[in-house]
Amino acid sequence: MAFLEIDHVTKYFSSPSGNGRVCIFRDATIKIDKGEFVTVIGHSGCGKSTLLNIIAGLETMTEGGIILNGKEVTGPGLDRMVVFQNFSLMPWMTVFENIRLAVRAAYPDWSSEKIAEHVRKYIALVGLKDAEDKRPTALSGGMKQRVGLARAFSIEPKVLLLDEPFAQIDALTRGVIQEELVQMWNTTRNTVFMVTHDVDEAILLSDRIMLMTNGPSARIAEIVDVTIPRPRARDTIIEYPHYYKIRNHVIHFLVRHASHAPVAEGSASESASVAPPLVVRF
Amino acid sequence: MAGPMGTRKDALLISVSLLVVFLVAWHLFTLRPGFDPKGFTDEQLQLMEFNGDIVRTPEGAYVWNPEKEKVKGVPGPLAVVAKAKDELSEAFVIKGTNDHGIAYLVLYTVTRFAGGFLAASVVAILLGILLGLNKVLFQAVNPFIQILKPISPLAWMPLLLYTVKDPKWTAVLVVFMAAVWPTLATTAFGVNSLRKDYLHVAAILQLSWFKRLYKVILPGAAPTIVNGLRISFGSALVAVVPAEMLLGELGVGYLSWIEWNNLDIAGVIFAILVVGAVGVILDSGFNKLASLVTYQE
Repeated sequence: MAFLEIDHVTKYFSSPSGNGRVCIFRDATIKIDKGEFVTVIGHSGCGKSTLLNIIAGLETMTEGGIILNGKEVTGPGLDRMVVFQNFSLMPWMTVFENIRLAVRAAYPDWSSEKIAEHVRKYIALVGLKDAEDKRPTALSGGMKQRVGLARAFSIEPKVLLLDEPFAQIDALTRGVIQEELVQMWNTTRNTVFMVTHDVDEAILLSDRIMLMTNGPSARIAEIVDVTIPRPRARDTIIEYPHYYKIRNHVIHFLVRHASHAPVAEGSASESASVAPPLVVRF
Repeated sequence: MAGPMGTRKDALLISVSLLVVFLVAWHLFTLRPGFDPKGFTDEQLQLMEFNGDIVRTPEGAYVWNPEKEKVKGVPGPLAVVAKAKDELSEAFVIKGTNDHGIAYLVLYTVTRFAGGFLAASVVAILLGILLGLNKVLFQAVNPFIQILKPISPLAWMPLLLYTVKDPKWTAVLVVFMAAVWPTLATTAFGVNSLRKDYLHVAAILQLSWFKRLYKVILPGAAPTIVNGLRISFGSALVAVVPAEMLLGELGVGYLSWIEWNNLDIAGVIFAILVVGAVGVILDSGFNKLASLVTYQE
């Protein structure tokens, strides 16, 4: 049985004009194994961040269900930690305090020494030892997201949810933090669900890439198996023969096929089930 | 030398010059010529002395009666300084039920102000958080806040006096009414517009309701709440002086009024300066507190 099961999840928003509702995506279904790294790519507005928030329990779904480790997800919890695009660090807390808030919540029985030791361990892991008493304002975007990653990993969640974690970080720093993420993930092997716009990032990090069509009424059209063996590194991965095949396939999808979705917003399609996604392997 | 030190020096220099110019001008405009007995007959002088317009010094010369001088025109800075010296030398003296030293009057005003302001702040912040967290409640209550907010706190005074039947508490309540609305409105706004991400983090971490409140919501909304408190602070400070005047409660506002009743204009000016000094002291204390709870985004 799959570790994390997203089962026919459909999301409607009430339309801005007030009457009726708009389908964001429908019948999102995927089974994710323990320790697997799955990424969703799609154009803005396809609802990929909404899907991530639904898994996190921060938003509700209209239909369908999420099952984690045999239990249905009904709300947010410490077993699913989010790394936010805008970092979401508390600006009134130092780096140390931000991570301690999470560790304290996750391990309420620990002594304060044990908590501090645990926090320091994760601060060291992202190389922010010298910045632990700084507030987020004093940090660069890359450093902020390192704190975000340290906070997420520190509570050792079953599932890590990465919501475009590197979108607001400059390209050069992004590559460095991506490799740091790979290293951290290699030691913990959490199950990861990531949302991104960056094709190279998706290939570097993922076991599988879900391609979503454009919204409204987006759906998961294809699931691409990234067969490139691990460990992967940014400089060597591009020499792997399948790299550009996968990259070109994903980009072709985003440019040409993403908008080919059945957009018919009628009563017939409301109940009709969507065809299962095509599995692509190179 | 240029730079921040230089500009600060310049500003100080300008401040001091402005003060000197003002004091000199004040002195010159309020200067009255001394009494000159030339041109008066002895009968006239005796009559004037009898009327109390002039008095005889121990040396036998005639001068204007200083008691009458006090209400002739506006007193100059020297008269005010003399009055201030008088008052400050008796700062801790209680001469009668309504004649307490200036230190006591300041203490009464500060206590009255602090009581009303703190009570209003606690009520407004708690209520504001409640309204900020509950959109429906906020929309339901907001019209009432909008109606009550612009009412001058002094307008409540007769009703408050009638209901609590005690001028002491009425004065505190007037301060309360002045301070409660701005903090209430801004707290509700600050909590309501708190970035949802912070609440999301709190939700994922499963923080208890109480922890959510004092670890996330209160510190997150603190800068906005402090802005509200600052507005409340100013409006309460404005309200406390007329409240004392109208209610006859001892304090620096009352001092100004009682000196007017005594026709001691130098005393009135002294009282005004004391009100200003009290405001500066309270304000700097408030700013110290505020800097502790604000953060940069």
